[in-house]
Amino acid sequence: MSERRRIQVDALARVEGEGAMSIVLEGDRVEDVQLRIYEPPRFFEAFLRGRGHEEAPDITARICGICPVAYQMSAVHAMEEALGIPVTKPLRDLRRLLYCGEWIESHVLHVYMLHLPDFLGYEDAIRLARDRRDDVERGLRLKKIGNDLVSAVAGRAIHPINVRVGGFHRAPRRRDLQALCPELEWARDAALETVRLVAGLDFPDFRCDHEFVALRHEDEYPFNEGRIVSTGGLDTEAHAFESHFEELHVAHSNALHARIRGRGHYFVGPQARYNLNSDRLSPVARAAAEEAGLGPRCDNPFQSIVVRAVEVLESCEEALRIIDEYEEPVASCVDYELRAGVGHACTEAPRGVLYHRYEIDDQGTIVDARIVPPTSQNQATIEDDLRRFVQQHATLPDDQLQWKCEQAIRNYDPCISCATHFLKLEVERR
Amino acid sequence: MSTTARVLIGVGQEHRGDDAVGLLVAREVAAAGAAGQAGLSVIEHDGDGMDLMLVWEGAEQVVVVDAVVSGERAPGRFERFEAHATPLPTKPFAAHSSHAFGVAEAIELARAMDRLPGSLVVYGVEAACFDTGSRPGPAVREAVATVARQVLRELRLEEAPDA
Repeated sequence: MSERRRIQVDALARVEGEGAMSIVLEGDRVEDVQLRIYEPPRFFEAFLRGRGHEEAPDITARICGICPVAYQMSAVHAMEEALGIPVTKPLRDLRRLLYCGEWIESHVLHVYMLHLPDFLGYEDAIRLARDRRDDVERGLRLKKIGNDLVSAVAGRAIHPINVRVGGFHRAPRRRDLQALCPELEWARDAALETVRLVAGLDFPDFRCDHEFVALRHEDEYPFNEGRIVSTGGLDTEAHAFESHFEELHVAHSNALHARIRGRGHYFVGPQARYNLNSDRLSPVARAAAEEAGLGPRCDNPFQSIVVRAVEVLESCEEALRIIDEYEEPVASCVDYELRAGVGHACTEAPRGVLYHRYEIDDQGTIVDARIVPPTSQNQATIEDDLRRFVQQHATLPDDQLQWKCEQAIRNYDPCISCATHFLKLEVERR
Repeated sequence: MSTTARVLIGVGQEHRGDDAVGLLVAREVAAAGAAGQAGLSVIEHDGDGMDLMLVWEGAEQVVVVDAVVSGERAPGRFERFEAHATPLPTKPFAAHSSHAFGVAEAIELARAMDRLPGSLVVYGVEAACFDTGSRPGPAVREAVATVARQVLRELRLEEAPDA
């Protein structure tokens, strides 16, 4: 008779938000895997209804303290599509610059504080810092330049306040941005050092065959704009998002799962971006990726830490380029007339594609809102990884298996707080 | 980064019940006119540890007020920790944090890197309810003024208060 084992973690550590993991094995066969998100829903979509369209960027920014810029960007792009507002250089570049800051903040937090301890055998970043203080100091200083970039463009590092539909409330002064360049140049070197550090880690031999989904722009590594493409041949635009992707309730999660209609689960995030856009990286970042052994496509989720480090380098390089070319705009935002309409947008949050759709009336009041964050889209993919990883390593002792499974979840840098804001009331709970 | 010598950081979330206590104490202290006195900066913070270290960077004296769950005290009772001298008990501070890197972790990371302020005192106020959208319970609301008075004494006196 085979032995039945349960590996259970009631509160996942080193992830944003409140989630749990449960794995049931019958002998060496995986019977059930659940990533359980029990953080309560926050109903953001419901209380956006009836609010002014101009409030969407500031309200949705409150969904997440780690990636508020992503919410602001998807919100303003969707509103601008609904209202027919063209936003061009230099305001467009300022938005890319703002996103650079957020990617640096978010990725550096994850690489150094949350994920690196896994690979180096430390319980947490505190113990890591005791032995490898220089590495953690580098991470803290890198994170700070991300904060400084966001503050310079958007007013403050957390829940920024300067973004508005049509542009910004106030455009930053060129000299204020240029003042960041010396530290950004240090950051570019430190990011390259980070790529080399994480490239040398020991990665489990694990490959996935998920369908990767990301934005793709004709000549940029994607932040704000691009078509939605996938390694399975999908090629569409944000307004068709709901035609291709669907959300569904599962009993064990307070966040909706997502799948490509007719196909199944998919993978968004840095690894998807890289796999679909490695040819769009700057020469510096592409060279670093090649030196790190990534190749044009990376199928091992444990190597996502390398991809994040490459994207930090890309963000530093792109930020320096934007600041170098920046000319202060005549007006900080584009004037526009109100009209009724529907707008859609996808931008690339640090954790992947973030979809917003708004319907507004002729007074600019929000009639309906839909938000699909990246972590919810990745839930089924994370469970699939866990199922296959556990199946391959079922003979490991429980404590080692649990450690590896938690690491496998952290490969996705899940932001559970983001994922749970849209739960509908009729969700079934066990 | 703080440009003042002394910082009071009230940690919490406005809409998660008793978790708001740090914010309420910070407001009470600010309302008493203490902000700006003798270089005191009063800050409301959501408790993300990575940024907490940046908030107190450069400060000589730091007081943090946060909700805790020890399970051993009644809601509203509080305890004073000299975190510059002794590590915080992790469990009471971590039990309710939704952050990957919270207050206790930030303090211990700073300790590991010799980046603690000279004086870092943490007031942990026992909390019971963290329900989304709820207001702080009566016991915690009643404790706010008491904790604020204690914090004012802490900030005005160099010697340890009689907590």
